[in-house]
Amino acid sequence: MKHTLAVLVENKPGVLARVSGLFSRRGFNIESLAVGTTEDPDTSRMTIVVRGDDRVLAQVTSQLGKLIDVISVSDLPASESVDRGLALIKVSADSRTRSEIMQIADIFRAKIIDVGSETLIIEVTGDKSKIEAITNMLGRFGIRELVRTGRIAMSRGEKTVNGY
Amino acid sequence: MTEATISGAKALIECLGREGVDAIFGYPGGALLPLYDELYDSDIRHILVRHEQCAAHAADGYARATGRVGVCLATSGPGATNLVTGIANAYMDSVPVVAVTGQVPTPMIGNDAFQEADITGITLPITKHNYLLRDVNDLPRVVKEAFFIASTGRPGPVLIDLPKDISTDEIKFKYPDTVNLRGYHPDTVVDTDAVKLAAAAIIASERPIIYAGGGVIIADAAQELLKLAETVMAPVTTTLLGIGAFPESHPLSLGMLGMHGTKYANYAVQESDLLIAIGARFDDRVTGKVDSFAPHAKVIHIDIDPAEIRKNVRVNIPIIGDSRAVLRSLTSYLREMRKKSQAWLAKIARWKQEYPLSYRESDEVIKPQQVVKAIRSVSPDAIIVTEVGQNQMWAAQYFQFENPRTFITSGGLGTMGYGFPAAMGAKVGCPDRTVIDIAGDGSFQMTSQELATVVMNDIAVVVAILNNGNLGMVRQWQELFFDERYSHTNIAGSVDFVKLAEAYGAIGLREESPSGVVSTMSEALTADRAVIIDFVVDPMENVFPMVPAGAAINEILDPGASS
Ligand SMILES: Cc1ncc(C[n+]2csc(CCOP(=O)(O)OP(=O)(O)O)c2C)c(N)n1
Ligand SMILES: [Mg+2]
Repeated sequence: MKHTLAVLVENKPGVLARVSGLFSRRGFNIESLAVGTTEDPDTSRMTIVVRGDDRVLAQVTSQLGKLIDVISVSDLPASESVDRGLALIKVSADSRTRSEIMQIADIFRAKIIDVGSETLIIEVTGDKSKIEAITNMLGRFGIRELVRTGRIAMSRGEKTVNGY
Repeated sequence: MTEATISGAKALIECLGREGVDAIFGYPGGALLPLYDELYDSDIRHILVRHEQCAAHAADGYARATGRVGVCLATSGPGATNLVTGIANAYMDSVPVVAVTGQVPTPMIGNDAFQEADITGITLPITKHNYLLRDVNDLPRVVKEAFFIASTGRPGPVLIDLPKDISTDEIKFKYPDTVNLRGYHPDTVVDTDAVKLAAAAIIASERPIIYAGGGVIIADAAQELLKLAETVMAPVTTTLLGIGAFPESHPLSLGMLGMHGTKYANYAVQESDLLIAIGARFDDRVTGKVDSFAPHAKVIHIDIDPAEIRKNVRVNIPIIGDSRAVLRSLTSYLREMRKKSQAWLAKIARWKQEYPLSYRESDEVIKPQQVVKAIRSVSPDAIIVTEVGQNQMWAAQYFQFENPRTFITSGGLGTMGYGFPAAMGAKVGCPDRTVIDIAGDGSFQMTSQELATVVMNDIAVVVAILNNGNLGMVRQWQELFFDERYSHTNIAGSVDFVKLAEAYGAIGLREESPSGVVSTMSEALTADRAVIIDFVVDPMENVFPMVPAGAAINEILDPGASS
């Protein structure tokens, strides 16, 4: 089972080390972690995807809650939230393949953000399955480099994790 | 108008004064020179230890004996890393300690400067929280927060790393009245719905048992525990750290449970239909094989730390909160309860009759259990501190403790060498009490240099060494589980403890005869000075009963029992 957690933390040095150290020493599996600032400059938000059953989820949540710099921990169930990640894919492209690649990018509503004589860089946003799908499609042209962000997530509708 | 400013070092001392600190255990060094210069004029008692580990243990012992925050101090680099064992020890047993470490000046941090160690990084997993000060203006707030965090909720150590330049920077001093931490809200409200469920489960139960841990002592809830036990007429067993939470002379007391617990406590847990866990964390030394622990029982778990709920065992009714408040509420819902567990209590009484704690007495050689009982007979009101190993277990089994904060021991970390410096801290915190460290010959040698500290500061503790010439607890496991292959556990003849004591200016006594144990102990207590007693005891004596690691807690070894 995968769980997506939205963790609000103090925007202070060392907080990421506190959180990641907790995960490693307690043996929790992080699948993805993304950190960034929020609407409040004193607060950062981490989106953490963890693998484990409900007992693990409860432990992760309460252990995180014990960190003084953690302000809140919210579970974002897949059915009630949206999540996105971003990938940059550098793919081999020559005059024969370039237009086909651009078509694929189009289908996935991905953007070409760099054109070289032998390569293209494609920027794609989406959930995990979409990014995996385009990666598979582009595989046969030769992927030279791939970089992905951690996933970020948000509850659907009016619900927020900060209470506003 | 210009306000007067003071240095960071002076501000720190001022903050400690505001927190009511009356004693600090520490050791100076380059990064702390400005702070020690301020201490020179301060009213706060500073006790110079001989190793920083002992400053942390002393602060820990002070805190456990008094219930107040213990404070220790060490310089940067090796001073700070020497604190680590003591901080880890306090963390494992939830002891409120504030540790202040010197650090290299801020512009040098990260450059592998002389005596630089990343102590906030190193102590991340063994502190409740820690701080690296980078601006002197944060200092008062940080100290205020540190004491608040250390002493509230589930207590624990907090470390403040103080770079040298911050301690000389000037500040307009103002101590904050309140703390404002968005991510820390230790006050809990009692969940009355959960309490009512627990009350109903108690009323419905036929074989209830209370399993009380150190949380009861931390929360000052011993009175409330007694009230609950007597209302329900439920037997009470405690963990090692819970010793003192319930009077062991009480008919409902079952003593300690777990690996070296009484047989009747372990049998009662295994046959109970309701286990009421209070301020305890289902440690593996308590549960044995966890799948076979209390197999017939519903579990009520009362704890202030939500992360302890369901960490190790299934729980039917969790109640998160301060033990004292929860127990008061719980008992109020049980007022009408009819006491009905007579058959259960009768069964337990039979077990107590049939399986008492026992050892074979001797006229020729001193038995370590006999020493513990002699200490009890001549000084029943003492604060007993222990080292780690067999000595610790015999103290736990045979002293018969009646009051909270009278038994101080390293539970979670099991730190040899803890007892002597912790006893020193306890005596500084409670100067009118008799403080006795029941020691092992191995453990005592880990921190015996503090003899200098106790002598020079007139800290009159008594160390009763149960000298079996062995790393006894390890030797016991080798005997039982490793074919009597005694690899590196014989330490007989290490040192003459009497001469060692005398070398430091303490009193050294030796007793080799069973008939002299009581009188030697009495003699030590009349000295009102630091005394080391070398009780030469039976080297082959083992701690029983014993549940082998990984076995269910009713699978008990007790070879001497049938005799
Ligand atoms: C710092 C430390 N090192 C090693 C151990 C492992 N250990 C546990 S008990 C023990 C033997 C203790 O010997 P002693 O102090 O003489 O006590 P005894 O068991 O003989 O009473 C050892 C080595 C420990 N608990 N702590
Ligand atoms: Mg020994």
